[in-house]
This record gives sequence, structure tokens and C-alpha cells, in this order.
Amino acid sequence: MIKRVWKVIEQFHFLLFCLLVLSLPLILRRFEAGDYYLSVLVLAGISSIVVIGLNLLMGYAGQISLGHAAFFGLGAYSSGIVTIRYGLSPWLGFALSIGLNAVVAYILAEPILKLKGHYLAMATLGLGMIFLTLFSNLAITGGSEGLSVAKLSILGYVLNSRELKEVNYYYFTWSIALLLMHLALNLVNSRVGRALRAIHASEIAAHSIGVDIAKFKTQVFVISAVYAGVAGSIFAHYSTFLCPPDFGLTQSIRLLTMGVIGGMSSIWGAVLGAAILTMLPQLLDVFAEYDILVYGLVLILAIIFMPQGMSQKISLGWEKLTGQGSQGS
Amino acid sequence: MGRKKGKLFGILVMCVVSGLFLVQTAFSAESKKPYKIGAIFDISGKASALGTPEKQTAEMVVEQVNKAGGINGHPLELVFYDTASDTQKAIESVNKLVKKDKVLAIIGPSTSGESMAIIETIQNNEIPNISCAARIEITDPPKKWVFKTPQTDRQAMAKILGYMKKQGIKKIAFMSVEGGFGSGGLVQVDSLSPEFGIEVVAREKFSEDDTNMTTQLTKIRGTDAQALIVWCTDKGSAKVASNIRQLGMTIPIFMSHGIASMKFIEQAKEAAEGIIFPAGRLLVFDSLPDTDPQKKVLAKYAADFKAKYNTTADTFGGHAWDALNIVIRAIEKAGDDINRIRDEIEKTKNFVGIGGVFNFSEKDHHGLGPESLVMIKIVNGKWTYLE
Repeated sequence: MIKRVWKVIEQFHFLLFCLLVLSLPLILRRFEAGDYYLSVLVLAGISSIVVIGLNLLMGYAGQISLGHAAFFGLGAYSSGIVTIRYGLSPWLGFALSIGLNAVVAYILAEPILKLKGHYLAMATLGLGMIFLTLFSNLAITGGSEGLSVAKLSILGYVLNSRELKEVNYYYFTWSIALLLMHLALNLVNSRVGRALRAIHASEIAAHSIGVDIAKFKTQVFVISAVYAGVAGSIFAHYSTFLCPPDFGLTQSIRLLTMGVIGGMSSIWGAVLGAAILTMLPQLLDVFAEYDILVYGLVLILAIIFMPQGMSQKISLGWEKLTGQGSQGS
Repeated sequence: MGRKKGKLFGILVMCVVSGLFLVQTAFSAESKKPYKIGAIFDISGKASALGTPEKQTAEMVVEQVNKAGGINGHPLELVFYDTASDTQKAIESVNKLVKKDKVLAIIGPSTSGESMAIIETIQNNEIPNISCAARIEITDPPKKWVFKTPQTDRQAMAKILGYMKKQGIKKIAFMSVEGGFGSGGLVQVDSLSPEFGIEVVAREKFSEDDTNMTTQLTKIRGTDAQALIVWCTDKGSAKVASNIRQLGMTIPIFMSHGIASMKFIEQAKEAAEGIIFPAGRLLVFDSLPDTDPQKKVLAKYAADFKAKYNTTADTFGGHAWDALNIVIRAIEKAGDDINRIRDEIEKTKNFVGIGGVFNFSEKDHHGLGPESLVMIKIVNGKWTYLE
């Protein structure tokens, strides 16, 4: 009997997760500070989207990126500039954000992804810095002074107004996150996913069995940039203020840490890492001024005891619980 | 990671997420109902020299109020978050103070960049905010829920230019830091200098993270500027001051009211000598005549601060003192009705504070006149009153 329950959970785990995401606002409504937790979850959702893209690139295809905040920023500024500077529809902002990220990533993929290891890391680091310099110095981005962005409205209906509180934006963010998550899960379990993992394991071997390395690398880089761009657009309308330091190296590292803590080679790990790293500082409030120390400690312990990320530990624990043996890897 | 393994996580992610929330809510239970005021300052970032005395002052005032029996019998509670000069953190802190801590009003942040960034969030959440940052745009045009206590950058710039005019200075160079405060200064110097018959012959920018600004200074040295204005807060200004001495530049150096802290003199050491800047009266309250309405308030604040923290009080702590006391006076009259608190803040008249005498109105959410500033020169590591 119980085995059957496990089976059902296993079979419909994504649907169950969707259900949880949808029902959380109903649960949180009962708490006095529920609206605040929703706002934290919105940020977790935004980070999840970027980290899913990052995990596709790093965890699956094995291509390091220390400059992903650049794509996140490119998306955010696209939306901000389209709506504020030109007064156009925010949906055009989303479209531009996706288009621009895809084009920029496509152009950059060719030279950058030829590099390997440390060189690739350095190139992406430089990429991040170039974009940060652009964000801080172009007149159109508002430079270091920052850029105010309008709230998101659908047919004249403001999504995150005071009256509606956080709940609409929560559903908006997470429905996009779940959709992109679904796409990513399908992608990694497809031919493309297998090709990416083959490239990760050994480029030479992959090449020798007929995997078009350059093509797949470019594709995954573009997808990953588009994910970051979408997240950037959602973030711009949510935060309503963009400032270049939000898209600098610290942000890139933060996104990377989310992936590492959650588990790089897992889509679930991306969501888990993003959720944990966004919520952890809130939970550590009880330590007052020492929160940053505890935060660091938690990260160090996580890396020491879960070098493959939390998702792997959880999956091992689940197998033990349900009494299944480990099946392949 | 196989497909089957990958499939397992859903429910576990759920458990972790809901578990985290249970832990969180367990800590937020409370029994009494004190009046809560939120404070957001930078105590660990680039403007920590501003935020630290601001936080200390706020804590000191709350302690004093509670010792005297609170506000109409209600204890006062300060909920503090460090923003580290990070605009995103400032926005998140405002959300948290409003939605989680349910504060009645928010004082801070320390810097103009953060203050500009949170305006939208403040207005949307309809929470009274008294900023401790300088830029004039924070309250000009006035926003319903946003007030501020420090003198504006425009007033400070006008004070400096007025002083220069008297000294017969006609050509100046201007150096500003990247970010909200610096760009505000640049806007003001460009719009005000013609009024004083002064020409800006060089404009240079630097980043607070730069360790060396000699490139910009060398360029300025090559111009015929008779004086230099540096627009930055203490850390960046101290670096510029040291570079100026290294280059042996001798033109008079003027700086913003962003260096009105002992921390600047401690960092710049002998390079601080001779630097002139505008600031509130607190730094030189000893030199004020006894008839000055502020003298008593200033002396008490300076003595209290020195007794509690054993450091010299500065104008930044003063901004927080003013902000918090204006909020307290409003709560005394309005209780915990947030809309009425805002109205009472707007009605503040003739409030004698550290920065000056405040008069808010519907059209003026800043409330200080240009007379609230004095010119100060650093001589032998001490502040001396110029005019």
C-alpha cells in the first residue's frame, strides 16, 4: 500500500509541486506576516528561473559562467527602458528582453564557448564586468543613479498594487517559473539533454560519436541567457528600481551559490537552492547582527557535507525511505 | 543523475519549504503591543560612517523615551535592518518592516541612492518615511509619504558657492563620486554656479571603490581652477584628500556635508587639514551664541552621545535624532493610526532639532532653511567655525 503511495508521489511529483506552489498563498494568508513571506517567495521564484538556466549551462553542459548577472541585468534594463524611457507596453519589454538576450548570447557564444576551464571562467567574468560598466555609464540606463521602473499592469490592471498585495505577482512569477521549469525538465530528459551531458563528461568522446558540440553549446548558452532575461524582466517590474550593483559580480556569485547549494546537475536543485538562499537570511533574523556569520557557516557546512548539492542528498534519502536501490546515475 | 532519481525531489522540496516557514513563524510570536518604528541604515557598507551614528542615536533615543515611560504609556520599539548601501536590500527591508514587523513609520536610509530607490515602495505601502539622506529630489517634488531631515545638497552647494564668491574665487573644478549623492551634486553645481558668477572648468568622476584618484586630480591640476569641490561621503573623500596631498596641490579644497564626521578626519589624518565644508551647527555648537535656539538641544545631544558611546556626536546621528523625534511627536498625537501619523509629521512646526529648526508643510517635506548650515574648516584635526 505504502509503496503505491510512494509510486504515486513519484509519478506526479511535478504536479504535486505545482499544487504546493499554488496553495501556498492560501496557507500563508492565515499568518499575520503572510504577505511578507509571499514577497520573499516572489524573489525566490525570480532567482529560481535564473538558476534553472544557469544549471542547464553549468550542471548539464559543464560550461562555467561567472557573468550571468549580466543577462539578468540585460533583461531587467530592457524592460525598464522600454516602459519608462519609451512608454511602451511592458509586454514589449518582455519580448525585447528575450530577443536581446538571445541575440547577444548567440553572438557571444561563438568566441566565448571555444574557451575551456579557467579561461572560460575569466571570459565570462570579463563579460559580466563589461555589462556592469555599460549599465553604470550609459545615459539610457540612468547610470549609477539607477532607474525607476513602473509596476506591471495587464489591461490597465496593476499586478502588484497595494490593494492586491503580493498574491497576484506571486502567481504571475511562479506560473512562469513552473512553465520554464517544466520546459527545462523535458529538455534535460531529451536527446538534447543527453547530448549536453555527454559534452560535460568528455567533449572529445561526445564529438567522436557525432554530437555537434558547437551547436549544442551555443543553444544551451542562448537558452540560459533567455531564462536570465525573463527573470530580469519580472524582477524589474517587481523591484521597481534598478541599480547597476544589483547586476554585478556579487549577483553572479550569488546565483552560482544557489546552484551549488541546491545541486548543479538538477533542475530541482536550482529551485531548491534559490528558495533556500533567498529564505535563509529571513530565517536567520533571530541571530540579529550575527546573521551573516551563521549564513556563512551554513554555506560552508553545506558544501563540506553536500558537495553535490542538497538535491542529491535528498534524492538518496528518498531512496532509503522508499526502500529502492540506487538505479544508475 | 538519472531520470528516476531526478523525479523524486518534488515532495521533498515541498517539505523543506513549508518547514522553513513553520520555523519562521514560531519566532514571530509576541505578547505586548509596543509602538514599533522601523529604522534602515547602512552599518556595514560604504556609508557605514553615516549609518553607525544614526543607528546608535536611534537606539539611544528609544532608550531615553522608554526610561521616561514610553509614548503615552506604550513602550517604543526600534526594528532595525542594515542595508549595507545596497538599494535592493533597502527595498526589501522596507517591505519587511511594513509587511512583517508592521511598523508605524520608517526612518532612514542613510544614503541618497537608497532613499531614491525606496520612494516607490514607500508610496505604494503608504508608510511614513523620514529619510536621513541629502539629495533634494527625495522631497522635491514632495511625495505624500516621504520626508527628510538633512539639509539638501542644493543648500549645501549654494552655501559653498556663496562662500567662494566672497573669497573672489571664479573658476572651480568639481569631482564627484559615482552614485546618487555624487550625481546630485553635479546637477546642483551646474545649475547653481552661474548664479554666483562661478565657472566650472573641470568635471571629474570617481568610484568609491577606486584606491587612487590621482588620474582625475592630475587632469584638474592642468586647468586654471582656483578651487576644487569634492562631492562624496567620508571614505572616498579621505582617499581624494590623501591623493591631493601626494600630488602637492595647493588650491583650496571644499567638500560636501557628507564628510561631517570625525571618521573623515581619522581616515584622512593630516590630509584633512584646511578642508572647508558646510554642515549643521552641531559640530561647532561651542562657538554659538547662547541666544541660538539650537544650542541647548545640541549640547544635550552631544553630551548624551559622548556619555553613552564615548565618541564625538556628528551631524549624521543628528539626522536620525531629528527623524526619530519628529516621528515620536507625531505618534504622541496620533497614536497608532498610520494615516494620522503622516498628517501630524506634515504639521510639524518650529521643531528645534539637531540639523536646524524644522517647519514641514504640504509643499515642503524637508523643512529646513539655508540658514541651518554653517561653514566649517578643519584646523589641527578639529572643526572650527568659519561663518
